[in-house]
Amino acid sequence: MLASWMEKRFKWIVTLPALLFVLVMMAFPIAYTLRLSFFEWSMSAASPPKWVGLDNYIALFKDGRFWHALGATAYFSFGALAAETVLGVAIALLLHREFRGRGLAKTIFLLPMVATPVAMGLVWVLIYEPTNGIFNALLQAIGLKPLHWLGSIGQVIPSLMVIDIWQWTPMVCLIVMAGLTTLPQEPYESADVDGASRRQKLWYITLPLLRPTILTAVMLRLIDVIKTFDIIYATTQGGPGTASETLNIYGYVLAFQYFKLGLASSLLVVFFLLVMGLTLALIVVRRNTEVSS
Amino acid sequence: MKKRNAFARLLSNTATWLVLFVFSFPFIWMVMASFKTQVQIQSPGNFFWFRPTGRNYAEVFNQYHFFKYMINSFIVAIGSTLASLLLGLPAAYGIARYRLNGLGLTILAARIIPGISFLIPWFIIFNSLGLVDTYTALILSHMLVGLPFVIWIMISYFEALPHEIEEAGAIDGCGKMKVFLRIVLPISGPGVMTASLMSIIFSWNNFMFSIILAGEKTKTLPIAIFNFLSYSEVNWGGLMAAACIITLPVLVIALAAQKFIINGLAAGAVKG
Repeated sequence: MLASWMEKRFKWIVTLPALLFVLVMMAFPIAYTLRLSFFEWSMSAASPPKWVGLDNYIALFKDGRFWHALGATAYFSFGALAAETVLGVAIALLLHREFRGRGLAKTIFLLPMVATPVAMGLVWVLIYEPTNGIFNALLQAIGLKPLHWLGSIGQVIPSLMVIDIWQWTPMVCLIVMAGLTTLPQEPYESADVDGASRRQKLWYITLPLLRPTILTAVMLRLIDVIKTFDIIYATTQGGPGTASETLNIYGYVLAFQYFKLGLASSLLVVFFLLVMGLTLALIVVRRNTEVSS
Repeated sequence: MKKRNAFARLLSNTATWLVLFVFSFPFIWMVMASFKTQVQIQSPGNFFWFRPTGRNYAEVFNQYHFFKYMINSFIVAIGSTLASLLLGLPAAYGIARYRLNGLGLTILAARIIPGISFLIPWFIIFNSLGLVDTYTALILSHMLVGLPFVIWIMISYFEALPHEIEEAGAIDGCGKMKVFLRIVLPISGPGVMTASLMSIIFSWNNFMFSIILAGEKTKTLPIAIFNFLSYSEVNWGGLMAAACIITLPVLVIALAAQKFIINGLAAGAVKG
């Protein structure tokens, strides 16, 4: 009796626990955040959440710090993403050949991605240290002036980009390397017959064929880079001042340092829509290239 | 022509090793500094020649109680991974066999939605239930990282299994549940391994959820190392020793199970 009941509903029995988790731990919190974005609340038990309509969104769009965070997010994300894409493809092409220690090379490339980001961020703080760090020692050794790196308003975001590039270029690289192994051989054979040079083959065959793979890597990195939290919070906490305060960091500060939960929620809703929009746009771009190629 | 080839090979070999050196440099630097005294770290010029000391490691365990935090990290990583497997394996099987793509896509959303949008409601709710600073809260939150890994990796794994295996089981009179538990799961070892390792690593590394939901009792390693910055003078040697201790288990897993990790990262790539 029970057995046949279970047999009929097997599909739902196996998925129900995960479905419940999704409802309780994901869907409900998202709905809660959305709702909270129309309220004003600082988590005090004495004063319950107060309905303010769209005030949080209006306040957010009038908040200079929000626009600054949006700019910082765009600057950091696109800078890091562009460098990771170019470097990742270049390094993948470099490693895609037989040489001694190829296995070791792949292993070393794996490490930045899996090493604890907070710990590695703090290692970078030591590397960037203005008085004792090795970067400034190297600059001085070749007769240049030392920089402030993470401590300077102008240099902090590029310095953070370097950390992200170190951490995630290997990801792009591994994806592109996997893509390289699946490329068809015929175009190269006919190119050889036509006497094409190496550079021509790279430019007119390899790169166009790799386009869908590269776009996959870009999309994947975009989803993550825009939400970068660990390395920024561990190294600068958004500073100096608010120079490296991205949307994710500002949302965190609003929620858990200022306890402006309503305003923070409205920022997160906007941020979520932004990430979603960019992801969908890239999916469309990728689909179009697949059709055309 | 031949001469040019040899030159080109020398050039690309040099470039390769240079790239590898650059990417491994932070690790080299971390390990070296972890054996230096504060004075040695603060005297540039003596970067590579120094007398190593083990004091930093002793300090991290004795003064900064890293053993306790390490246990916390283990409990949360193992706990959230086991719970993710328990929920995720059957769900992935259901999604793969009955093409429940909607559920698969919903779980994918966990990857796209900024983590803090979950964190605010969680904090409010866990706070009112008195669950902040408990393993329960940490394990539940880390499952948001582990469960998607388990489900994505296992969907493609189950989809690739030939249907005949299950049909044979059905002919032998096994119910669907029995087929799943006795026939499908035992041959899914590599997939489960990949999924578990990804879940363990990314729970071990998690900072954002733990920093809010952990407290003195349940503090995990990433929070403990971050707290080094709150002392007036940064103890660099200790900090670097702590960084080595945190990253070592992950690096060992990555080296020992390289193939699984690459598969796991690639699964995220395909589904993402």
